[in-house]
Amino acid sequence: MSEFELKYKPYGERSILIEWPQIISEKILNDVVFYKRKLEHYSFKEKVYVKSAYNSILITYDYTINNFYDEILTLKSVYSDDFDGVISDSKLWKIPVCYDLEFGLDLEEISLKNNLEISKIIELHIKINYLVYFIGFLPGFLYLGGLEKQLHFPRKNIPRLHVKKGSVAIGGSQTGIYPNESPGGWNIIGSTPLNFFDVHNQSPCFAKSGDRIQFVQISREEFDKITAQVDNGNYKIESEVIND
Amino acid sequence: MIKVLHPGFYSTIQDLGRKDFQHLGVPLSGVMDVYAAKMSNTLIGNDENCAVMEITMIGPKLEFCCDSVVAITGANLSPRLNNSDISNNSIINVGKGDVLSFGKPINGFRAYLAVSEGFQTKIVLKSRSMYQGITKVSSIKKGDELKIQPKNHKSKTYAVIKLRSDYLNENVISVYKGAEFERLTNAQMDKLFNQEFTISKENNRMAYQLNELISNELNSIITSLVLPGTIQLTPSGKLIVLMRNCQTTGGYPRILQLSEYAINVLAQKKAGDKIKFKLIDYKS
Repeated sequence: MSEFELKYKPYGERSILIEWPQIISEKILNDVVFYKRKLEHYSFKEKVYVKSAYNSILITYDYTINNFYDEILTLKSVYSDDFDGVISDSKLWKIPVCYDLEFGLDLEEISLKNNLEISKIIELHIKINYLVYFIGFLPGFLYLGGLEKQLHFPRKNIPRLHVKKGSVAIGGSQTGIYPNESPGGWNIIGSTPLNFFDVHNQSPCFAKSGDRIQFVQISREEFDKITAQVDNGNYKIESEVIND
Repeated sequence: MIKVLHPGFYSTIQDLGRKDFQHLGVPLSGVMDVYAAKMSNTLIGNDENCAVMEITMIGPKLEFCCDSVVAITGANLSPRLNNSDISNNSIINVGKGDVLSFGKPINGFRAYLAVSEGFQTKIVLKSRSMYQGITKVSSIKKGDELKIQPKNHKSKTYAVIKLRSDYLNENVISVYKGAEFERLTNAQMDKLFNQEFTISKENNRMAYQLNELISNELNSIITSLVLPGTIQLTPSGKLIVLMRNCQTTGGYPRILQLSEYAINVLAQKKAGDKIKFKLIDYKS
């Protein structure tokens, strides 16, 4: 495993920020995820909460950190030590999406301005296995990497006040799914019947950083069928373990 | 049970927040002034994570349908039991049929009402803190019936606690250097620590904006993690102090981080109030 030069900074009285070089890359994300899982397995003296983003980890303690220097030394040793625990597998999740114009409110505009047939937009959108960098912005909102250049499309100048839950959208060089109804400036190309955030589940969001997402095109009929299955709690999301 | 005869300006039920779910993008939530809320619970012998009512500026009118022991801390919003004035930071026995109400805001912005054993509203993701999209209810409404445990008045003696209320008038906000602090120029740092800032009308449980601008050419950062108390600097020069309901990630440079104590101080400020930043160091 290659090691990066990391920076450790105190962040308030109870947290430490760990930073990788400031670029977005899969190699860095893999290292972030590996370190995060090691931290989650390490027996700290007190409870800690570990969050990650593109190239950072923030670890928060339940109590004031009395000695940052010592605590950072501990963190550094977790990073460099071999790990003999079980690392949870990364998964590829298959997300059904209906790209009918009824849902894909901005498909025609993207088609016109990017000079692509709508069928080509869909083809380009479903052929990639997107990497889940982290979850943020809204509960259950996945930051995905890997969108095809031809599909890059600027955010709307005036955001919509209501974007429907399940909307699949493109904002700049990113694609994502709105886990709940919210205001939003991304361009909507389709809709998924799946729940990306459910407070009734013990783990409210099925995906985690390091997983991958693939979109699978479905018809309007299948959309209704899956919606009913999701509502009844008997839809199982198709997934497979990825061995890197 | 407590009947809500009037909800006041903006009242919610909060505990110490949803600590376990930020990695899924869930805001922490929880009481804005942790000090006052913990003290309200401690006064009446509750666990400090018991859910309290956070009351903003104009208090509610509440009818108790059972006996209880309560305490009010934080802002002084002229509390009254039936027709008598009562004081903050004291233990108050409330009987069935009593009405708790509030009058003129005297000092501070947020008051906390603790009741014996805490408010028993629904637990979602290990917390009772109300937050739109996570809990069904996002604030208290007229006619609501809030479940509480009846409490006999004679069952317990209480410790005497000395509470500070001087922090309600404090205007110094102690801050640590933020992750992108070093990107500021000397002139920008001078401005930050030598000038007064005014709380903008845009202030709520998510963030407090400040009126005075710090012009800058800082680039945005690759989306990274933020916490309550993080001060972001936007390209237009606006300072945004994130509070308890903030998002878990952000892309603006994080120039300062409030101390935990300073978050409590700021939580008691309202639009038009003035503050000054004071840089403090981490213990080494």
